[in-house]
Amino acid sequence: MQGWQELRSRFLLLDKAHIDTDQIIPARFLKQTHKEGLGAALFCDWRYDADGRLRPDEALNFRSDEGLEILVAGPNFGCGSSREHAVWALCDYGFRAVLSPSLSDIFKSNALKNGLLTLEVSADFYQILLAHPHSQLSINLERRLVTVDGRHEFEFQMEGFARTCLMQGLDQLGYLLQHEPAIKRYEEEYCP
Amino acid sequence: MQKQKPTRTVFEKIWRAHLVGEETPDHPALLYIDRHFVHEVTSPQAFSELRQRGLSVRRPDRTFATLDHSIPSDKQRRNYPDAQVRQQVQTLRENCQAFGIELFDMGSAEHGIVHVIGPELGLTLPGQTIVCGDSHTATHGAFGALAFGIGTSEVGHVLATQCLLQRQPKTMAVQVEGALPHGVLAKDLILAIIKELGSGGGRGYVIEYQGAAIRALDMESRMTVCNMSIEAGARAGLVAPDDLTSAYLKGRRYAPQGEAWEQALERWNELYSDPDAAFDASLRIDASKLAPMVTFGTSPDQSIPIDGEVPSSNPEIAEALDYMRFEGGRGLLGTPIDVVFIGSCTNSRISDLRMAASILKGHKKAKNIRLLIVPGSEGVKRQAEAEGLAQIFIEAGAEWREPGCSMCIAMNGDQLEAGQLALSTSNRNFAGRQGKLGRTILGSPATAAATAIHGYLADPRSFL
Repeated sequence: MQGWQELRSRFLLLDKAHIDTDQIIPARFLKQTHKEGLGAALFCDWRYDADGRLRPDEALNFRSDEGLEILVAGPNFGCGSSREHAVWALCDYGFRAVLSPSLSDIFKSNALKNGLLTLEVSADFYQILLAHPHSQLSINLERRLVTVDGRHEFEFQMEGFARTCLMQGLDQLGYLLQHEPAIKRYEEEYCP
Repeated sequence: MQKQKPTRTVFEKIWRAHLVGEETPDHPALLYIDRHFVHEVTSPQAFSELRQRGLSVRRPDRTFATLDHSIPSDKQRRNYPDAQVRQQVQTLRENCQAFGIELFDMGSAEHGIVHVIGPELGLTLPGQTIVCGDSHTATHGAFGALAFGIGTSEVGHVLATQCLLQRQPKTMAVQVEGALPHGVLAKDLILAIIKELGSGGGRGYVIEYQGAAIRALDMESRMTVCNMSIEAGARAGLVAPDDLTSAYLKGRRYAPQGEAWEQALERWNELYSDPDAAFDASLRIDASKLAPMVTFGTSPDQSIPIDGEVPSSNPEIAEALDYMRFEGGRGLLGTPIDVVFIGSCTNSRISDLRMAASILKGHKKAKNIRLLIVPGSEGVKRQAEAEGLAQIFIEAGAEWREPGCSMCIAMNGDQLEAGQLALSTSNRNFAGRQGKLGRTILGSPATAAATAIHGYLADPRSFL
């Protein structure tokens, strides 16, 4: 995973609350045993009509034409199932960040493992985003700052480790493996 | 001067006992995991990661696998929906073989839904940390364990290191006082709690369910309650262990035996929240005021008492009502139903089947209903057959199927057709959850059985 400091992009808006992971990727796409290629099934039941054709009126279908790398969604995004396929699908489709007033715990955790930034923004800032749907966002991890069209600024809080992971592209499993001596000591003492 | 003992919640006691490394502002805690349950859908990519890095499974003795999410439920287990599922099932078998993990395969006496067999086999014990790549892992919290769902990357982390990087969650006490009225079950209680909290109200919290009404629940009912903690967004849900907990576990295959059992009892006796332990949030519920609950929308928090009215339409529920084809301001009793599904990790245990059988006995399902009854495990299935419950179901016209997740997640071919309306004892009514464009009403096994007889949504209390 590549680390990064700043992301500049316009955003795709899904102004709906409680978008669950069954919508992000329906269970019938969880049958594959690899991670790749799930972007085609992202929000499948929203993007395709009954005959399997891409809906021309669904903004999600034009993400790549517009080069949108940021998804802005209503509160409680990613609720429901723990399926990491939801994150794999979002990443595969080209998203690099999800901004929402709130995100589900497991979704946030899964996102971080895949370098997908999740940012919880204030209700006020969410309203600003709604009011400026075509604006250019700049997300700066170093300064912990989101800027809208270079005008509105939102300073965000971010858990320290998550920030380090994204900025350095940290491999979390590798990081865990470095703790082998401590794990060994714990096991010897409490659970042989 | 004597040093005062710190006051702690059950959660905090378990958390502290599993810290391999304390958290700091820059580093999450390193939490040791006692039990890791693995299934076919969320594990293959984790095993691939281990292979790519040349890693082994650190503690195969703490890891147990089952097949449940996508397996066919027909008698011969032949009706795979497609080659991909067959391949996914085979992949888990190969991975368990290669990495030395015990697999409870289809047909074995131990096989079943991961959250049903864990407790049934005595693998789930008080005070443990338990994880699984499945959001309903909180089920095991019914035993006073800290149990939560994880993603596939974390499945890999636990396989390789037996640890997870975690920030300490907040705590919430859900205090349920009074007694549940006759005909109101654990499923109704948890749907009422989720309605109060909202589908995101538990985010960031571990819930401890407390109070007289919780103490009065048997272990299987406590599992039903804890199971749906995630539907309020909670990280986990648990109940402090008591005599019912140890009575349930005693003698089970993987539970401690002999001297180890006595020592375990002593440890479990310490697993209560100290009287003045502080919770970050709390909620009180009066059980005596509850009725059987059903959902009307596309989120598990959108529920009403079965004899109540759907709220009048407003921007928050308009889309859900539109999807469900329900009108605001009207009741749901009498709504024609197409499919009744009794099963899932929420309600597929022997007490759920006994409840359903007590209502279905001597009745036939209505002609318009497809009735699927899917036991949670081979153990539950055999018990139900020995007790004559299966016979009651078959005589009522039900499909008595093989254990697995079946129509709860609809990966195995058991699914709704577009537009069909189900009364389901499962845990999620999300749009399309039980089949593309299918519609789901969640309810208890009693409500499901009463509905199957009438062919429309029916109040189970008239049968009880």
